[in-house]
Amino acid sequence: MGYFSDTNQSLALEIIGRYPRPKSAVIPLLHLAQEQEGWVTREAMLQIADLTGVTPAEVLGTGSFYEMFKFHPVGRYMVNVCTNISCQLLGGEELLDHVESTLGAGAGDTTEDGMFTVEDVECVAACTEGPCFTVNYRYFHRATPGVFDEVVADLREGRSPIQRGAAGDSGDMPEHGRLGRVRQEIPAGRRAGVVPPEQAGEQPVWLSSTAEVDTSG
Amino acid sequence: MSDGAPVEITVNGSTVAARPGELLIDACERTGTYIPRFCHHPRMEPVGMCRMCLVEVDTGRGPALQPSCMLTCSPGMQVDTESERTRSAQDGVLELLLVNHPLDCPVCDKGGECPLQDQTMTFGPGESRYVEEKRHFVKPIPVNTNVLLDRERCVLCDRCTRFADQVAGDRLIHFLERGSRTQVNTFPGEPFSSYFSGNTVQICPVGALTAVPFRFKARPWDLEEVESTSVLDSVGSRISVQSSRGRVLRFMGLDSDAVNWGWLSDRERFVFEAYDHPDRLTGPLLSGGAAGGQDPKGSTQVSATWADALGATAEALSGTDPDRIAVLGGSRLTNESQYAWAKLAKGILGTDNVDAQLGDGLPVEVLLGLPRATIDEACTPGGTIVLLGPDPKEELGSLYLRLRHAVVHDGATLIELTPHATGLTGIATHSIRVLPGEAAGVVRSMFQGGTGDVAAAGAVISSGGPVTVLWGRTSLAETDGLVVDAAMALLEHVPDVGFLSLLRRGNVHGALDMGMSPGFLPGRTTLEASGDKFENVWSCLPGETGLGCVAALEAAAAGDIDVLVLLGADILADLPDHDLARRALEQAGTVVAVDLFVTSTVECADIVLAAAAPTEVDGSFTNLEGRISVVARGSSPPGTSRPDWMIAVELAERLGTDLGFTSLDGIWSELASVSAVHADLSLNLIRASGTEGLLAKGQMPLAMPPVTEVPDATESTLRLVVTRSMFDNGVLNAHSNALAGLAPGAGIRVEPSDLDRLGLEDGSTVEISGPRGEHIAEVVASTQVMAGTAHVLFNQDGLDAGRLIDASMPVIDVRLVKAR
Ligand code: SF4
Ligand code: FES
Ligand code: FES
Repeated sequence: MGYFSDTNQSLALEIIGRYPRPKSAVIPLLHLAQEQEGWVTREAMLQIADLTGVTPAEVLGTGSFYEMFKFHPVGRYMVNVCTNISCQLLGGEELLDHVESTLGAGAGDTTEDGMFTVEDVECVAACTEGPCFTVNYRYFHRATPGVFDEVVADLREGRSPIQRGAAGDSGDMPEHGRLGRVRQEIPAGRRAGVVPPEQAGEQPVWLSSTAEVDTSG
Repeated sequence: MSDGAPVEITVNGSTVAARPGELLIDACERTGTYIPRFCHHPRMEPVGMCRMCLVEVDTGRGPALQPSCMLTCSPGMQVDTESERTRSAQDGVLELLLVNHPLDCPVCDKGGECPLQDQTMTFGPGESRYVEEKRHFVKPIPVNTNVLLDRERCVLCDRCTRFADQVAGDRLIHFLERGSRTQVNTFPGEPFSSYFSGNTVQICPVGALTAVPFRFKARPWDLEEVESTSVLDSVGSRISVQSSRGRVLRFMGLDSDAVNWGWLSDRERFVFEAYDHPDRLTGPLLSGGAAGGQDPKGSTQVSATWADALGATAEALSGTDPDRIAVLGGSRLTNESQYAWAKLAKGILGTDNVDAQLGDGLPVEVLLGLPRATIDEACTPGGTIVLLGPDPKEELGSLYLRLRHAVVHDGATLIELTPHATGLTGIATHSIRVLPGEAAGVVRSMFQGGTGDVAAAGAVISSGGPVTVLWGRTSLAETDGLVVDAAMALLEHVPDVGFLSLLRRGNVHGALDMGMSPGFLPGRTTLEASGDKFENVWSCLPGETGLGCVAALEAAAAGDIDVLVLLGADILADLPDHDLARRALEQAGTVVAVDLFVTSTVECADIVLAAAAPTEVDGSFTNLEGRISVVARGSSPPGTSRPDWMIAVELAERLGTDLGFTSLDGIWSELASVSAVHADLSLNLIRASGTEGLLAKGQMPLAMPPVTEVPDATESTLRLVVTRSMFDNGVLNAHSNALAGLAPGAGIRVEPSDLDRLGLEDGSTVEISGPRGEHIAEVVASTQVMAGTAHVLFNQDGLDAGRLIDASMPVIDVRLVKAR
């Protein structure tokens, strides 16, 4: 009945267990849902609400605040072209034009084959490397239309384009929704702070404005 | 507000004494300086969302703009609410709030009472510099069947969403998206189905949230308004009744500190539609027989003149043995009408078969004999609340909101002793499931011999803080004696405990105070104790204690009642035992119904007298605390229908006597002379008491009631639990467009382990057999009910719970088998 795959369901429970209150796991679970299907479905939100004891409205309210959660289907590859000031001065707009015309999808749209979604984005904090674009949030610096065409060709032919990107990058290009190459793992014995604050015995020093903090050591 | 020395601050050059912990915006308002605001609401936590309340404040570090709704007054604070900088901040905030606002005031319901409109006129720029295209949303979208949302008008003040979260606990509306797309909305396909949704319309500072029943009905400046009391349930929420051109168009909650804090349940808020329904009775009716027509047994009712109808009633009553007359119902009536009818029944007709409770109430001698608590006392911060009664969320909505606040925000501890989960279960410290019949035993074991949650609950209760017991019928399928026994056990073990009764029906507490119970007289006293006091004022008194509702109906069913007067009592729908109601109506002699609608019960009456609705009468109301407040008319009764007390006065005249008064003040001066409880009160004093009303005090000596014996529960049966839900098929509910259709319908709910044990499946059709024969219904698995019980909602479509109940049995055990 649940939305999550068996693996993800147990992962979801583990994630919830990391926090003093289940509600705190809403955002990590939204990521998990996006990883499972590439976007956050209605069923996913209902299930997250159920798992964390909040209402579906709260899940949607929390998730929709963040640009990177998608609540409608998107392509396997999310192409974000920066047209903010630094990139724009260095040809960001022209790059976006090129992207739109080569893929046949305007900003905000997805190609018919479901491969690419194009987005026109604000500064992605790589201003020294403009113009730049990202594919599934992996950076391609000092991009030219030619670089972009090679990236697309790679992806269409099943090769990873990552080495064309930021210096030192290698490996596979993850599908949209995958957060990282390494899954965070916290063994049960090393978890901290899972006691709800009202049940915690002593107040941590950092919570008290008057406590003397020993800085000598 | 905590106690302590006042905090001196300076506002616009004058010294002002703020209360300790008081917010600057509140301190200023209280002392006469209004600071504009949108998001701030005194009954909710501040959020500092709109920035409209910016004022210049100097706390020693030089003047700076600060949101006054987020700032607690501190000694020496220098505040300037009129400075150049304050003005320009207000101007700027308004200009920004209006950037995306559609300025559609001419077609907006809020226009004329809109804080955005008003404050823009007072503090704003007056002219827009914005020429660009505004952001657009689809206008308006329903967030539920009664509330519409126009997101273009919303100023994102977070009031509605905070209400849903902090006050109602129904977090079904939320801010979605961000930036200029930020909007209030529900999860797609999941409406804001809250019993309290109408409050968001009332507190929305713009026209973003509007109520369907009021939409485009009137302009605020065309409304006339009177301060009144909601008579729909016994909380007696204070309301403003607003009408235009003779029609009541809406109810708004008034902020009564002692009662409802401005909140209303949707049932209280939207019920006014029923009073304005075309089905309302506009004059008396007589059935074929009573009209003296050819067909004496004819059941068709035809309109009649008041002269004929009152004449027929008087004829039926005169010469009839008082013991063969019964007067039932009366909770809809005002205090004054209740007094008039009590006097007519007991003091003129001489019958004591008078009962305002319809077999679902509590014994009056206990209710009036227990130490009574107020809502404020029950909600004392840090106190303990014991719920031994129906679910307040379902039955007494605005009380539920007060209780919820006490527990969630004021540290009160809630202990629940109920046979099923309630609307408060989620916030209860100890939620103890009690099998019908075992409440008293559970209470005793809380203090001795109990373990686990039961013992822990006992320890909380015994820990010395203030304890209030909310008591009422946990189930309509068990006799009142059971909850009485449990209440007595609490009284015995908890010194200084206070009791607040959860009887739900309208002005039932007024009826009890007016002596509308067998053996009682007005003023919380009995025939026996105070009969002599009435001798000179009333022309006669009943000889001995009469029959209560159930006993009177049993007598009627046995052919021993010649005249049965029903004062707004829809016994076929409202009496828990439907079979008894049906037999009584069949066998009673003349049935006289005083009512607003032709209910199924009224259809069986021989004489129907049309009464005025609560929005059409003046008078007063007594709530569950004993608090008396004003009821005021907002419109005229339809046709020739008239206030109940006038009907009593006219009837007395037809009987050749005189009730002794012809006005409300006349009733009060007589009441004050006979009732110790009302001796110091008058209608004028009640009117002068404003929003808070006056508490009528007076407790009777408590006689220890007899203990009720209960059969042991058996393995093969389930104990029936019948409760009410906020929306049902009651006549007012059904006649209010806003409320009709909200009733959930009934199935029989059983705990999953019981289903397994009985070999039944969730959703399957079962045959229920009990003392009232066999019934078919769908069974639903529910973890909300207790193992060993079967739970059914009362007065719903589907399974008719009233047909399962035998009022003569202490508890009802039913057997469930798969239907063939
Ligand atoms: S809908 Fe009204 S109450 Fe709700 S946030 Fe918008 S302006 Fe405030
Ligand atoms: S402007 Fe493009 S990355 Fe900053
Ligand atoms: S009223 Fe203070 S910020 Fe809104």
